[in-house]
Amino acid sequence: MFNDIFHFLVFPGLLFVATVGGILAWADRKITAMVQFRKGPPSLQPFYDFLKLLLVKETILPAKGSKITFLMVPVFSLFGATIAGVLILLPSLNIQTGFSGDLIVIFYLLAIPSLAYMVGAMASGNPLASVGASREMKLIMSYELTFFLVLSGIILKADMSIGINDVMHAQSQSGAFIGSLSGVILFLVAIFCLQAKLGLVPFDMAEAETEINHGPFIEYSGSAYALIKLTKYIMLFILPAFIAALFMGGLHWQGIDILWSILKILAVVVLLTLIRNTNPRVKIHQAMRFFFIWMNLFAVIAIILGMFGI
Amino acid sequence: MGFKDFIFKKSLWLFHFGGASCNNCDIEILDCLTPRYDVERFGMLLVGTIRHADVLLVNGSINQKDKSRLLEIYNQAPKPILVVAIGACGCTGGIFAEGNTFAGPVDKIIPVDAYIPGCPPKPEAILAGIMKLLNK
Ligand code: SF4
Repeated sequence: MFNDIFHFLVFPGLLFVATVGGILAWADRKITAMVQFRKGPPSLQPFYDFLKLLLVKETILPAKGSKITFLMVPVFSLFGATIAGVLILLPSLNIQTGFSGDLIVIFYLLAIPSLAYMVGAMASGNPLASVGASREMKLIMSYELTFFLVLSGIILKADMSIGINDVMHAQSQSGAFIGSLSGVILFLVAIFCLQAKLGLVPFDMAEAETEINHGPFIEYSGSAYALIKLTKYIMLFILPAFIAALFMGGLHWQGIDILWSILKILAVVVLLTLIRNTNPRVKIHQAMRFFFIWMNLFAVIAIILGMFGI
Repeated sequence: MGFKDFIFKKSLWLFHFGGASCNNCDIEILDCLTPRYDVERFGMLLVGTIRHADVLLVNGSINQKDKSRLLEIYNQAPKPILVVAIGACGCTGGIFAEGNTFAGPVDKIIPVDAYIPGCPPKPEAILAGIMKLLNK
């Protein structure tokens, strides 16, 4: 019992994922600055931002909205992201989570933050927020199917096992999945899904700052927005960690493997940041077509190739 | 300087309110975000909504129609909020001070924490003003 609480709150739970996520958020901003030949923010910037929002700023509630829902949403999204993070990181620490099939559970938990943002936007009663929410909804509908196809490809390659532990075990026996052709295709599709899940640039139409002013988050201020920021930091850590665990031979935290695990996660984050910095924002219908037709097609092709063991 | 003060000054998010400006000051504000001047070094970000803002940048002359909007924006802002008047128009009214729709310089409407004069102020002057605000 005490161990569970420790796992959830300190390591590898809330405190750990939030700290690493903050560092990765700084890396993301620093790389962005370097791509644009700027100097970029100081290294503790994400923590300053979070603490400022949490401690200093006032939280304003919308006058014409559902206040309780509005305030619960950041809490829910934080919980979803944290539990997903715990479930992703525990197997790599060689701690049994006590049930098989955690891949499916993680898939659902990873969807909670986006769904929560949508509910919060609807509860805020702001017209721009509802535009953002409707875009977010369309985006979720387009990428979730693709993401599930990617997961099914992984499950197929790992001999029908639906636990992260088994997937990592299968990779340690037959080499990382990214080493095969179908693995490479699935990896690329997964990267685009991550981009949409994280709301990074080609697919950031839900919170497009320049046209609908942060969309779902437009009414959030103070500590409520601090929790949303924290969720975003956490997602920036656990999604790349998930991908590294599924494709790149898994994460291990002993000896020299620590370095490899960190490098894997960093590589995925750098890839995401570079895609984000070299692309324009697409329209929502373009994004839907991109996922519905092209990404699903690629995922299915990869699954068929995987069946033949290529 | 307390911890809260320190954190606050480390992460100022800017919201830009353009009154009836001639558009020069707006361009100079955007210049501060370019690689050459890069205010993100000081942890500043340009945000799109007043709910996230810590600093309200007001430039341009404020006319009768802008006045109520400026007041509304100021009241919607989560406190604490700093107000910076940019350009001669924001500080005093500048060349529009005699106009018949002019509704007074910014500090007649809302409390102002820093003035950055110039028509338009150079990006260097805006940065200097921001540094003065940080060291205040
Ligand atoms: S201060 Fe000068 S440059 Fe700035 S808005 Fe007024 S007239 Fe234009």
